[in-house]
Amino acid sequence: MAGPVIEVRDLVTHYGSRKILDGVDFAVEPGEIRVVMGGSGSGKSTLLRHLLGLHRATSGRIDLLGHDITRISARELRRLRQRMGVSFQGGALFTSMTVGENVALPLREHTRHDEQTIRIITRMKLEVVNLGGFHDLMPSELSGGMIKRAALARAIVMDPQLLFFDEPSAGLDPVAAVELDELILKLRDAMGMSMVVVTHELDSAFKIADRITVLDHGKVLVTGTVEEVHNCESTRVQSLLNRTPRNEQVDAEEYLRRLTEEHYQMKGNWG
Amino acid sequence: MAERYSTHGRFWQLGEKVHQAIEAVGYAGLLLLESFYWLFWGWRQEQRVRLSAVVEQMVQTGVQAIPIVSMLSFTVGIMLAIQLIVTLGEFGAQSQAVLAIAVSVTREFGPLITGIVVAGRTASSLAARIGSMMVSQEVDALQVIGIAPVRYLSTPPLLALLIMMPVLTIIADVVAIIGGGLYSAPYLNVELSAYLWQSLSVLGVEDISQGLIKSVVFGLLIALVGVASGFTVRGGAEGVGRATTRAVVLAISTLVVADMVFTWYLNR
Repeated sequence: MAGPVIEVRDLVTHYGSRKILDGVDFAVEPGEIRVVMGGSGSGKSTLLRHLLGLHRATSGRIDLLGHDITRISARELRRLRQRMGVSFQGGALFTSMTVGENVALPLREHTRHDEQTIRIITRMKLEVVNLGGFHDLMPSELSGGMIKRAALARAIVMDPQLLFFDEPSAGLDPVAAVELDELILKLRDAMGMSMVVVTHELDSAFKIADRITVLDHGKVLVTGTVEEVHNCESTRVQSLLNRTPRNEQVDAEEYLRRLTEEHYQMKGNWG
Repeated sequence: MAERYSTHGRFWQLGEKVHQAIEAVGYAGLLLLESFYWLFWGWRQEQRVRLSAVVEQMVQTGVQAIPIVSMLSFTVGIMLAIQLIVTLGEFGAQSQAVLAIAVSVTREFGPLITGIVVAGRTASSLAARIGSMMVSQEVDALQVIGIAPVRYLSTPPLLALLIMMPVLTIIADVVAIIGGGLYSAPYLNVELSAYLWQSLSVLGVEDISQGLIKSVVFGLLIALVGVASGFTVRGGAEGVGRATTRAVVLAISTLVVADMVFTWYLNR
């Protein structure tokens, strides 16, 4: 496909009256692994939820595979979602189903394959994520790393063109985290998927990213290759990379108001 | 900031409560419409409601409730018999106990007992199940897989309850009348089998159908309250707990009120 597979233009979103994203532009090329980084509350998870069509944007457009998901019908969006896979932070496996049933669910719902075919595809995908033979276990019987890999198997079972990860290595031990990174790279090379990975793990980000987008306070600070981000002069980017605390300027008047006012309300752009 | 202070006034709080209540009713209404939409038109959008899911729900909400529904109906049948034998005896109308038991069971106690038991079992489990799925992002996962959550989580239990509530009610009716008969047959000097035949002969279509219509309405209410409570869960494990409690209380309350309304309407 020519042109970017994901293109976000001037995305503005609110949560209640709080502005979360403030004019985000974002484009991902085919076959690219894009890492979205930022501190807690920078808006990176919100951006992901908007890319998945789980929230309504205030303004702006979000083109996925050539469809503006802020405008297409619910039905078209469901169709489009069959071409996307998502691995949620906690895995979000359905706890009432076995691992195999979890992975097979998209196939059962969206294809007319017979049971035998579904079983083979399901087990193949489980083999891809090194969970061969685990199909009969329940999600509660798996470790954190295994849950993430099972969720990944479910995400790729329809052979999607777009793959989204929310904090893939969060809560994993270093070895499991590295293994997951390897798996992500392997998948991209084998299947040519484009990926968006939201994370705040620096090691993992630098390892897998083709390009990195750094978000802060709902705005894109910088988008570039690992090298370019390293060389970026923005103090916010550098403090994120070097793990130095942000020494934000204290507004004395605002501080006093926070302490004393009975019905103090946050205002302005934060998040 | 002036208008912010007014938000802590009593009237504002009352307004907020009313607003929330109207919103909840509206949400439940939409949920009902969407559930039926998927049932009838889902297949056209590759969102077919699976028969297996409905059957599974019928087993969970209906078949597994048979023992407890039977036990309670049996007890209520005996209790009714005790009361009616005594009170009717005062008028020398003990023989009317057969009619009184049969009619009050089929019109009122059968559906009500069934409704309360199913509300306690199913409204809570629906709220807890869907609520915890909301918290653990499983509902989001359904959505990004391209499965409409209402079609997958709301239509099957709704349909299952609409089918199983009348079935359970009929079982409750039969068991309660048997219970009543076991107690009162000796007082009336008749065989149990004769008692049961007599019960059957005094019951009209009206008596049975009133109970069954109510039970369908109860099933609808229980499913909607449970599912709506689940989908509106916010705030982690505590939110799930609160939603579960709320679902049971709300389901039983609306059920009793609906019972009164329908009894009045059907007996005008």
